[in-house]
Amino acid sequence: MATVTVKIPTQLRDATGGEGSLQIDGDTVGGALEALFTAHPELRSRLADDDGNLRRFVNVYLDGEDIRFGDGVGTPVADRQELQILPAVAGGR
Amino acid sequence: MAATSLICRECASTYPLEAQFVCTKCFGPLEVAYAPHPSAGDRDAIRRRIQAGPRSIWRYADFLPLEAGSPVGAGDFSSDGGLPAGGTPLVKADRLARRLGLREVWVKNDAANPTHSFKDRVVAVAAARAKELGFSTLACASTGNLAGAVAAAGAALGLPTYVFIPADLEEQKILSTGVYGANIVTVRGNYDDVNRLCTEIAGEREDWAFVNVNMRPYYAEGSKTLAYEIAEQLGWTAPDRIVAPIASGSLFTKIGKGFQEWIDLDLIDGVGGAAPKVPVMSGAQALGCNPVAAAFEAGQDVCRPVKPDTIAKSLAIGNPADGPYAIELARKTGGTITDVTDDEIKDGIRLLAETTGIFTETAGGVTTATLRKLAESGRIDPQERVVLVITGEGLKTLDVVRGTFEVTEIDPRFEQFENDVESRTEVPV
Repeated sequence: MATVTVKIPTQLRDATGGEGSLQIDGDTVGGALEALFTAHPELRSRLADDDGNLRRFVNVYLDGEDIRFGDGVGTPVADRQELQILPAVAGGR
Repeated sequence: MAATSLICRECASTYPLEAQFVCTKCFGPLEVAYAPHPSAGDRDAIRRRIQAGPRSIWRYADFLPLEAGSPVGAGDFSSDGGLPAGGTPLVKADRLARRLGLREVWVKNDAANPTHSFKDRVVAVAAARAKELGFSTLACASTGNLAGAVAAAGAALGLPTYVFIPADLEEQKILSTGVYGANIVTVRGNYDDVNRLCTEIAGEREDWAFVNVNMRPYYAEGSKTLAYEIAEQLGWTAPDRIVAPIASGSLFTKIGKGFQEWIDLDLIDGVGGAAPKVPVMSGAQALGCNPVAAAFEAGQDVCRPVKPDTIAKSLAIGNPADGPYAIELARKTGGTITDVTDDEIKDGIRLLAETTGIFTETAGGVTTATLRKLAESGRIDPQERVVLVITGEGLKTLDVVRGTFEVTEIDPRFEQFENDVESRTEVPV
């Protein structure tokens, strides 16, 4: 099990008691997110849809690389890597 | 149409009209919601009010999210009101139409904006709203044109500016930004890296107005003015089709929204007895950065991000946030989203220049090449009235036209003129 740093965007910090950076264990991005949701349950509904998939305007980066360039939530993580959650900057129509 | 709130496009939660772009409940994008137009039902009154306004986007201030309305009055050219964006020419491009076998092609030349791209429209709205909200610093993540627009707007309004751009941007775009006194930060990475950094900075530094991050709901509304202008210039009608570039997808979708709003207010007349409708929307991307075109062609709703590799750097957004909405709009209007190669882009720049006298940057090359492709493949009915949206200026991407034409050098002697120039010149038919 690896320990990664998860960076929480300002918009979600009310659900983490104001914490912007958390140490979370996991083997994959999905595993780390699951552990994050267990520690801070309110994050689950805000980041994932009813089927448990990440919502479409949620971007997740592992050491700066969008996880969709890897294996998505199945992307393996290693100790000391940084997992960053950010909202997509949309607003079209 | 006074703005009333920000509303989440995904879950409809509402928020006050502040510098916020994302729904904290579901991470969906926020958009501006408006009260009904006070003169709804009286289209003549609304049209008269528009026509009495300034010759800039501010004639459409009733449809933009500012508390105080237009920052300038008609005939007021004070720089305190910011740069006069909009009011760009709509040119009937007969020679281009003939070349493509189409009946009626119009070119909306938004390179005629103050800093030579359509970005002046969105920045004008974002900057005006930022002033209303009391911000004292403007910033942006940019592929180049936005940087210039923000820098110039800041210069006009007297606000310091910070622009973040990819380190490999065209030199012309960096030079034409730095001249305004902007603080330029080049980021080692592509635009998507710049955007990610700026999203983080905007969250951590709440006293900065990032026009395309925390000010995005206001910024994006500025693109609607392209639709309004086209409709007004076409005598209160809509064209059959719009061909426009797609980077984030925001401009494309806002053009559709602009037409829809005016149709709802009965401001747009139908043509030939038909009811008015939103034009068929054709989106244009470069093959080297085509996440929206690829998703559209594959019948998908979600764009898979790509790593851009194209000469069309102003369209090089590999992770287009508004991609899903652009796809939705193209499908709803019976439109298309397609891509063109870098060679086709260069040919597109030449085609537009040679047939209209309008020199566009690579983004306009993408758009023109897309129009040509649609025309040649029969995907456009030759009887359609088409508007080609040219978003930027050729002088900003000069390098790509180098080597695409020949120059004849001679001694200053008449015989050489006769031998080397006259005898080789083909007389145009």
